[in-house]
Amino acid sequence: MIELIKICKSFKGQKVLDNLDLKIEPEKITVIIGRSGGGKSVLLKHIIGLIKPDSGQVLVDGIDTAKLNDKELNETRKVFGMLFQDAALFDSMTVGENVAFPLKEHTKLSKKEIDKIVEEKLLEVGLKNVTHKMPSELSGGMRKRVGLARAIALNPKIVLFDEPTTGLDPIMCESIDKLIINTQRSTRATFVVISHDIGSTFKIAHKVAMLYEGKIIKTGTPEEIRSSNNPVIKQFINRETAKACQN
Amino acid sequence: MVKCNPMIRLLELAGKPFIIAVEEAGRIMLLLMSATIWMFRAPFRFQLIFKQMEFVGVNSIFVVLITGAFTGMVFALQSYHGFRLFGGESLVGSTVALGMTRELGPVFTALMVTGRVGSAMTAEIGTMKVTEQIDALHTMSVNPIHYLVMPRIVAAILMLPVLTVVSDFIGILGGYFVGVELLKINSGIFVAKIVEYVELEDIFNGLIKAACFGLILSLIGCYKGINTAGGAEGVGKATTQSVVLSSITIFISDYFLTSFMF
Repeated sequence: MIELIKICKSFKGQKVLDNLDLKIEPEKITVIIGRSGGGKSVLLKHIIGLIKPDSGQVLVDGIDTAKLNDKELNETRKVFGMLFQDAALFDSMTVGENVAFPLKEHTKLSKKEIDKIVEEKLLEVGLKNVTHKMPSELSGGMRKRVGLARAIALNPKIVLFDEPTTGLDPIMCESIDKLIINTQRSTRATFVVISHDIGSTFKIAHKVAMLYEGKIIKTGTPEEIRSSNNPVIKQFINRETAKACQN
Repeated sequence: MVKCNPMIRLLELAGKPFIIAVEEAGRIMLLLMSATIWMFRAPFRFQLIFKQMEFVGVNSIFVVLITGAFTGMVFALQSYHGFRLFGGESLVGSTVALGMTRELGPVFTALMVTGRVGSAMTAEIGTMKVTEQIDALHTMSVNPIHYLVMPRIVAAILMLPVLTVVSDFIGILGGYFVGVELLKINSGIFVAKIVEYVELEDIFNGLIKAACFGLILSLIGCYKGINTAGGAEGVGKATTQSVVLSSITIFISDYFLTSFMF
């Protein structure tokens, strides 16, 4: 389980996270919603230890990752996979090499076994015959799929998604949503997704957490969030829904 | 409110760039320390080191050959005109050889490799930084200093002396061509004076210098890359800063290395 307790983080005097508390349930999809620039990515980077909090605790299976040294943190990170906003594929490597990367780094599998897993993972995300392509030859949606294949290559217990549908057309958004749901069902991993896409959030989430002014102001099921009387949540949902309708 | 003394304010303003420079030097040293520690930690990344050696060394040969050859040639031409004034043309060979092995070979090779390789290191690592590829390495429990910085530093330290040997050799050969073939200096005298004046120590010290320059250009190249911020514009700025800072540091350190060695 992941638990964030009283997390504070400021950049150049500007408070981004302010005494933030959040519990993320295991084996569920939790979506953290909030305004652009509101600190969602910062929050996600705290969970995986890319950013350390000014104060507070980040507990992953009871271990405070904020207090770990680099070596211990690297060990803890092995239970994580992460899909970045623009997939962050290594552009000097082929698709196959990208997906094989964590396997080569952290397992003693033979090349043949690695190739087999790479094929399987790529199939799992709906990609065929792309192993030898370079990331620059792929569309945005395909890059995200490859990023997800790489993120789940080591069968991690926790997978983090940084705005998985940003920059994609509605059809591709739909397909990424389905992919997230199906992958979570098959892997039973804990998925943490940050998003400002309300439509996508209500489709994929078991739990939704709303981040506002550095705090989680509400956590609940999609229905609970939808029926919330909190004016900030209402305004956020209505505006985002209106935007989606316009699109 | 405390009134600020204008003199103190002026001193503060004048000292600020100095403090920034010292801070940056400190961070570069920390990166070097970290890369050194990672050199001796498993997994040993021989494949990455060999790949970088190919990039730094093999792929720079052509540039180094051209630079070295023409440096030796122009040096022979200039020194011939100078020595002719007092009948010392026979010294052209040894002057070219000493100049190439002690100074021009290591320095020009380092400057050319800075332009070709140091800039590429900054641009590549900088692009990885701004496109979150370095964060991706972290999330996959791979230390970027181990994976990206250490192999580049090792490769540059190993390959710069090799390139310098090539540059020294081709430079002396270029000097021979101009001196003997074009300016009609006796070939026996040309070679004999080289043998007489150039000692093994001259070549060896030049190669130590080259290894130091390799460390400087790769360390600064990687440091600037890892600290890149601000998208494509940031990558451009970091690359320019990397080349300028490396070149300046090579010239400054050359003076101190020379005064220490020769």
